[in-house]
Amino acid sequence: MIEHKPLRELASIIRSKNAGPFRLTFDILFNDDSAYLAVIESGVVSEQTIAELYNVDVSKISSVHVLPQGRAIKVTMYRPRTQCSRSERDVYGCQQHAPLMELLVPIGGNYRQL
Amino acid sequence: MTITVLTPTGTLGYGFGKEALKRGMTLKPDVIAVDAGSTDPGPAYLGSAEPLCARRVIKLELEQLIAASRAAGIPLIIGSAGGSGRGALVDWMADIAREIARQSRQSFKLARIYSDIEPDRVTEALSNNEVKDFEAGFELSKSDVEQSTAIVAQMGWEPIAQALAEDADVIIAGRACDDLAIAAYPIAHNGDIALATHMGKVLECGAFSAEPFAMDVMMGFLNDDHFLLEPGSLNRIASLKSVAAHTLYEREDPFYQRGPGGAVNLTDCQFTTVGERQVRVSGATFEPDNEHWFKLEGARQVGYRSLCMGGIRCPTMIANLDELLEQAIEKTVGHFAPDNVHITFRPYGRDAVMAEMEPKRTGAPSEIGLLMDVTAETQELAHGACHFLSGHLLHVAYTGQVNTSGNLAFPYSPSDIDAGPVYEFSIYHLMKAKSAMELFDVQTEFVG
Repeated sequence: MIEHKPLRELASIIRSKNAGPFRLTFDILFNDDSAYLAVIESGVVSEQTIAELYNVDVSKISSVHVLPQGRAIKVTMYRPRTQCSRSERDVYGCQQHAPLMELLVPIGGNYRQL
Repeated sequence: MTITVLTPTGTLGYGFGKEALKRGMTLKPDVIAVDAGSTDPGPAYLGSAEPLCARRVIKLELEQLIAASRAAGIPLIIGSAGGSGRGALVDWMADIAREIARQSRQSFKLARIYSDIEPDRVTEALSNNEVKDFEAGFELSKSDVEQSTAIVAQMGWEPIAQALAEDADVIIAGRACDDLAIAAYPIAHNGDIALATHMGKVLECGAFSAEPFAMDVMMGFLNDDHFLLEPGSLNRIASLKSVAAHTLYEREDPFYQRGPGGAVNLTDCQFTTVGERQVRVSGATFEPDNEHWFKLEGARQVGYRSLCMGGIRCPTMIANLDELLEQAIEKTVGHFAPDNVHITFRPYGRDAVMAEMEPKRTGAPSEIGLLMDVTAETQELAHGACHFLSGHLLHVAYTGQVNTSGNLAFPYSPSDIDAGPVYEFSIYHLMKAKSAMELFDVQTEFVG
């Protein structure tokens, strides 16, 4: 049976941050392998899903990295506006993570923990 | 051989625990090294030469660090002085160090390292095709260089190593690559460059890589084939999660840590816990560059800003807000034309933080904090336009209005606040230099 859980119930850290004045990077970290693998296997964190979630063109996603050893997924996008341009919204880019918390992850039958 | 580095905090001026410093010093560090800035707070600090932190806070922290390093007979290294690392801020911080020396009757050798770049040096590089864009998304032009009020280059470890070779006790460096300012001492003492740089990257944010995280003391112990991390405070631990999380922090590529001189490859890194409070890290390798490319940072002034904050509680105003804001821009820009007035609205409580990326824009909030932001060529013009704009919105009439006495709840009078010069990044490019030292100037003096 497939159920859906918001990413915030699976990940231990969900954050966004400037990566220089021209990039915005998102880190998702997990406390245990089962939650990490469930999210990886669901395929829900991809260039397409993140672009949709943030209402940006997929070409604005710069990279997606998966780090099994750190149980981490890293997504980087071009900053919607250069840091401290006149219409800046978030100088440190540290409050852009909230939509990711609500991202629904389809969880398959073999997921046990949490 | 172990080389021990104590990093008191993530940014000099943001605080650290006295007890944590005291305990860290009992672990017999070979050097105290700390970063004092970056581009993270934005281009204004570089453009204006304003320090990131207040003088009294920097003095308070420097007093403790100079006292600790002098008592132990070890050097103190500060990277990116004053925040942006601009020469004026190296001088500002050196002045604080001299004052401390005088007042505390200590004498030591002080080194200042300047990383300011003359515009002519950059235009010369431009004409030699020795400037490249690596992530700004635009090619640097001569006018970008000419419009810049300040240009700095991020130094590597070599200028700091030179100051150490000249027996400097306190080193105040201009703009420095954050990991390499922390790694300079270990590298200068034959520590493995890859491990030292990786360790520098984790240490540069202080105990941000610990649990619970904070601006506090972090220790690194560099050995031949690994390094160990341990927080200064016994109330914190280094954990696999905290260290791995930090390895990802505020950069795009988690596998390559690039800097002047080469890249550290982190693909094969191993993290293991040692005891209750330490993490052991190994596996970084170094891929040297045969050329000397440095990251330049430049800022230019684009005008002056005036601000006005107004609260909106009326549901009819909130329902009509988009249209009213659009009209207000048109009206204000039209009124002040041909002068160039730039307006940004940030409706807090609705979508100020995420703007067009906000997925929950539907549904009317009961209250909005409307930040009106006006930039223009002069402060006077920005102020005038801001007052015109806020005055217009205060009294604008619209269809369905039930309250005709005013649309904005101002928390202040005067309602319009002048915020001073506005800067943007004009340069964020790589420039080729003749050597690791060419762009940097090391000056030493005895103080006290």
